[in-house]
Amino acid sequence: MPSFEKTFSLKVPSSTENLAMIRDFVSNIGVQVGFNEGEVARLALAVDEACANVIEHAYGLEATHDVTIRAVVDDDTLRFEIIDTGRGFDPAQMHPQEVEELIRQRKSGGLGLRLIRTIMDDVQYRIVPGEKNELRMVKKLKKH
Amino acid sequence: MATNFQIERRDQGAVRVLALDGYLDAHTAPHFENAIQEEMQAGNLNLIADCGGLTYISSAGLGVFMSFIEEIREAGGDIKLAAIAPKVYQVFEVLGFPALFDILDTVEAAEAKFAEGGRKEF
Repeated sequence: MPSFEKTFSLKVPSSTENLAMIRDFVSNIGVQVGFNEGEVARLALAVDEACANVIEHAYGLEATHDVTIRAVVDDDTLRFEIIDTGRGFDPAQMHPQEVEELIRQRKSGGLGLRLIRTIMDDVQYRIVPGEKNELRMVKKLKKH
Repeated sequence: MATNFQIERRDQGAVRVLALDGYLDAHTAPHFENAIQEEMQAGNLNLIADCGGLTYISSAGLGVFMSFIEEIREAGGDIKLAAIAPKVYQVFEVLGFPALFDILDTVEAAEAKFAEGGRKEF
């Protein structure tokens, strides 16, 4: 068991205009746990991508729902949990396409998940049918 | 909530420059999408995205470049990117954009690249 755990939460309406607020929340925590500027920017991007996916796909761009972002810090990791109550989807079923392929198909989406997987050390998805969907993304802390 | 993203458009020689300022995310990407669409409709196919004022980009912003580039190139034009800050550039890099798009240090260099007539193909 980790010797300590701190949790921070942000709950916002499911509108893309709140993505900037979500990035600020993530950035503040990233700085607090000792990541450098570039790493903080990448963490904010990963959480932005996850929340944008929720708003667009789980809620179909309806701004009347909630997105909860929980950040949990323990001795070794910073973990983000993105929780929604919309339509669940399983990223494991998604097959990331090459950018070149997406361009040929004139598609603009499909990159968010690739960015999340590149940035974070571990990504897991949990669907509790009829209750909630939860995306967990873990980043190892730097040892001093 | 005020939208922290603006586009200033200007002619520079034979090309059209779209100077992006602020953040380009899922909220502001439609604004950029509209701007490119308007330029294409006006027949402006040689576009430079001046990213000097761009503080952030997510995949929604990158997606705008991706969704138009094929059509613009087929019509004989191109979108070249210029003056991207290092923090923003890393996102383009991670997805392999430098192999697919001309990315120049300055708007002037992008303009010169248009004058040379070269462009990336894939």
